[in-house]
Amino acid sequence: MELVVSLEFSGGAELLFDKVKNHEVSLPARANGPWTIKHLLVWIKDNLLKERPELFVQGDTVRPGILVLINDADWELMGELNYELKSKDRIVFISTLHGG
Amino acid sequence: MESELHELRRQLQEKTKEINRLNLLLREKDGLGNLDVTLPFTSADTNVSHPDIPCETLSNASIARYSRQLILPEVGVKGQLALANASVLIVGAGGLGCPAALYLAAAGTGCLGLLDYDTVELSNLHRQVLHTEQRVSVPKSSSAAFGCNQLNSTVRCIPYHMQLDSQNALQLLRQYDVVLDCTDNVATRYLLNDACIMAKKPLISGSALRFEGQLTVYNYQDGPCYRCLYPTPPPPETVTNCSDGGVLGVIPGIIGCLQALEAVKVICSLGNTYSQRLLLFDGLEGTFRTIKLRPRQQSCVVCGDNPSVTKLIDYEQFCGSRANDKEHSLELLKPEDRISAKEYQSIVKEKLPHLLIDVRLPVEQEICSLPGAWNIPIGDIHKEECLEKLRKKLQETDDSVPVYLVCRRGNDSQEAVKALKEKLKDMPHKFKDIYGGLHAWSKHVDTDFPVY
Ligand SMILES: [Zn+2]
Repeated sequence: MELVVSLEFSGGAELLFDKVKNHEVSLPARANGPWTIKHLLVWIKDNLLKERPELFVQGDTVRPGILVLINDADWELMGELNYELKSKDRIVFISTLHGG
Repeated sequence: MESELHELRRQLQEKTKEINRLNLLLREKDGLGNLDVTLPFTSADTNVSHPDIPCETLSNASIARYSRQLILPEVGVKGQLALANASVLIVGAGGLGCPAALYLAAAGTGCLGLLDYDTVELSNLHRQVLHTEQRVSVPKSSSAAFGCNQLNSTVRCIPYHMQLDSQNALQLLRQYDVVLDCTDNVATRYLLNDACIMAKKPLISGSALRFEGQLTVYNYQDGPCYRCLYPTPPPPETVTNCSDGGVLGVIPGIIGCLQALEAVKVICSLGNTYSQRLLLFDGLEGTFRTIKLRPRQQSCVVCGDNPSVTKLIDYEQFCGSRANDKEHSLELLKPEDRISAKEYQSIVKEKLPHLLIDVRLPVEQEICSLPGAWNIPIGDIHKEECLEKLRKKLQETDDSVPVYLVCRRGNDSQEAVKALKEKLKDMPHKFKDIYGGLHAWSKHVDTDFPVY
């Protein structure tokens, strides 16, 4: 079964995705086990990221300065990389702003 | 009548200028940047915030002045007195700090510290609304203090024209009740966070860029700190400042106002603050979204249960970036790969064949550009389709014809030369950049050329 989730990029993170902030994506069924944020990051890198992946991911996690939200909550409260995606989840990647 | 008004205005303007000049002079003689002299409260016991006579009752003037907020049951006399006895340090008198200071002064905050290392520039005024045309080149701290006092002369405004650093931060912060982070760079944000933990002060943090703003309160009511959220600083190349990314003036205006609101709430102990919550404001989409954040992290190196950072460190080194948002000049190329603006001028004058590529964004090209320039934005220069187009163009061009790259300040043009030398190394053409970009062109060749 495909898994449909919405992805959002803001705070400048959208610049890595052709300036598109909102993406509704269908993730193909995984043979072994559920989709987690960890798998999602790999999928984003392979399928959505247009250029310079190091500005978005580092190792198997997001680069420092990007905050991940799962349904409007800090991912730290939700299990971070191990959170299991559910249908219609909204995952937001915000680049922290420093200007003033 | 008309000419009399005109004359009066002229005189007033002149006197204001003179007052500003004298203020400046006084500050300089007073020992600018000398912390001991400029500190508001030079008490030996730095924990005593208010050696001033504390305000115990409201005067009739205060009752009249603050009546509209005084009759709010949540504020009342108690809240207004709390404000009158409170001191707030605003770090950064820019796009965030100006509106925050304005509303805190208007609300009757007892003492406002206004810290900024910079002076007012014309390009600040679209968002830094406390400053004025008359005060261009005046230190922002003095200009902001002057502006706040024009609005409310009863507020004690203390300007600090200096850079906050690891040596002066703690001594300064200890004398204030609440701190506002209205800064513009990563290094100062980490410094302020750590200093607020060590001095036990709540930190109201705002930031803005382009059409977006963020707001949260750190180190308050056992909530998290900046480091709990961001233990590792971002790679410097991922950080964009307002000068490069742009910002719509009203965006920091909105966030700065919200910072003032949070400060009032902290001072008057009102309602739910943004502790452990993050506000995301998207002005383009017209959305405000509030996010629940993680709690204070026991493992945090500065506010955790066993902190390893117990005194202030070198934050520029920690972040790998400077503690200001000033432009810096890269030196990526050898001198033989660069030409000066003057040299390019003579190439144009003598009509020597060449190809000029402008690597700025199209929106910047619309502001100003040199005649005959091709446009390939720096972000596209790695893209196959762009490289193919350029390769085709070069194949039609004589081998000896050089390619010059230009940008706003001469950093991106160097990156572009590096990229093209690598990607098009099969082409015999020489790639060079114009040193200092269009800013240099305006400075050394055509002073009528606009600078942005
Ligand atoms: Zn912390």
